[in-house]
Amino acid sequence: MSEGNVGLTVTKEFTFGGPTDVVTLESGRKIGPVTLAYETCGRLNEDRSNAILICHALSGDAHAAGYHEGETTPGWWDALIGPGKAFDTDRFFVICSNVVGGCKGSTGPSSTNPETGKPYALDFPFITVGDMVNVQRHLVDHLGIERLLAVVGGSMGGMQALQWVSVYPERVRSAIPIATALKHSPQQIAFNEVVRQSIMGDPAWRKGNYYDYGQPQNGLSVARMIGHITFMSDASMETKFSRKLKNGGYGFSLEDDFEVEGYLRYRGDSFVKRFDANSYLYITKAMDYFDLSGDLFLPGRQKIDTRFLVISFTSDWLYPSSQSLDIVRALKKRRIAATYCELKSTWGHDAFLVEVEEQTRLIKNFLRSIPAVPLELNRVSKGRMNHETAACSAESGGA
Amino acid sequence: MKKDLGVAERIDHRIICGMIRERATVLDLGCGNGDLMSLLVRGKDASVQGIELDGEAVHRCVEKGLTVFQGDIESGLADYPDGSFDDVILNQSLQEVKKVDFIIGESLRVGKRVIVGFPNFVDIRSRWTVFFRGKMPVTPQLPYSWDETPNVRFLSIRDFEDFCGSKELRVLEAVYLGARGTLTCCPNLFARTAIYALSRQGGRYTGGA
Repeated sequence: MSEGNVGLTVTKEFTFGGPTDVVTLESGRKIGPVTLAYETCGRLNEDRSNAILICHALSGDAHAAGYHEGETTPGWWDALIGPGKAFDTDRFFVICSNVVGGCKGSTGPSSTNPETGKPYALDFPFITVGDMVNVQRHLVDHLGIERLLAVVGGSMGGMQALQWVSVYPERVRSAIPIATALKHSPQQIAFNEVVRQSIMGDPAWRKGNYYDYGQPQNGLSVARMIGHITFMSDASMETKFSRKLKNGGYGFSLEDDFEVEGYLRYRGDSFVKRFDANSYLYITKAMDYFDLSGDLFLPGRQKIDTRFLVISFTSDWLYPSSQSLDIVRALKKRRIAATYCELKSTWGHDAFLVEVEEQTRLIKNFLRSIPAVPLELNRVSKGRMNHETAACSAESGGA
Repeated sequence: MKKDLGVAERIDHRIICGMIRERATVLDLGCGNGDLMSLLVRGKDASVQGIELDGEAVHRCVEKGLTVFQGDIESGLADYPDGSFDDVILNQSLQEVKKVDFIIGESLRVGKRVIVGFPNFVDIRSRWTVFFRGKMPVTPQLPYSWDETPNVRFLSIRDFEDFCGSKELRVLEAVYLGARGTLTCCPNLFARTAIYALSRQGGRYTGGA
């Protein structure tokens, strides 16, 4: 089968949670209205049984596949989403939304607080992965989908996939958590804390109220550099940079002599242009709060028929295979069918974004084995095919 | 990944399939490409999972729509609750396992029965090769030369029956495969492969874990 690209995609918005139905967060605080930015590709079938929800990681967004008008870089998981690809848009209706607390179109700390007319900044309530999923559920309802064929994600996206099954097992026919964990280890929390301290230690952060002055560039840039180090592996850094010098020799100065220095600075600087510092604080905190270990995962005794494909990567030391095995162990204890595969890769945590071939083979075959469901199981009593959905499928199917 | 044992493999799969009841829950340890699991799904509508270490074999299982856990048998068994399965299958895996006693014990903890299939290392052809040619046998059932074999346990049918006796394992069924299918006469001399269905003798398994 030939592979293609989904073509042009547009980010759409769904707003809910007005004065009559504000969203109550896990912290007990309320928020509303909430806007979610989302993109879709492929076509929702008649019985609405072919929808796949893709959940993004820490700095991701709704733009998972295809191109935005005038841009040359495709969405962050374009290698896996499209005609003939792992998430085959000729067969599946793929949804991806920006998480609440984010800064890519969904309501977050940089959004305008309707009560003050200014950005929320630290007045924005703290959110959890549970809140992200609860808010996504409103979007899935809005699209008229009762049961998702699959919920998928790497890293924090995998946490959302696990959370989806844990809270709405009857609405998820299969889950693909990749390079993720049931909870952050102290090591993972520690890295996130260093990241946060880097941002908060920058005087330009101004206790979160920097919106009139510009981002805390230095702090956010260093925060992202730390992130990138943890996303790579010793081997991938050796392959990518070794000790290569930018200008052929030592400068005997504090300039970036080594290519790895230049890379980190470049990544840090470009991140400042695209990501809100407060969102980075809020989302890393949400990841640290996430904990589905022990009885918290799949509470209750009901039989769960969600199928699982758990994937980890050999060189990923940030979310090591042992954490994926914890997920599988929890599933075995509940007698839930789980396929587990540890893929060989030297790319560290980044592997879930770049290891295309093996992930494609696994995911394609796994999705093929998810049985088709009878029509009546997928009917939503109050839901209806949204005009927006139909229109956007046509849009994104073109070009 | 296990070498393809050719025609004999298919006969042993059929025999094992015949030992499994309809809609049973089955765990296949060292499931390879998943051919036996597929047969059990098709033939017995069984609910099957496998454990396999080899990455390519795991891919093949997923291609067949099967549930498979990538890992070694010894660590993979520990997380299943007691009595999770009707049958645990150890087909052509036992000879590659170091902690035989532990694996059989764990299998009979997570399953009601264990089905063990292994090559008889002392059938007449092997004895002939050892005795007259003075070489380690290489046959369709024992396809590896000495320097590349994954086998770490070399056993005969009589050895295995002694083992079952000493561990108080009840033999529920035993099938011996020779050159021309199943046989009953002098299995330790003529059988190339043996398949046993075992359960605990009365209470708990006395060896293992």
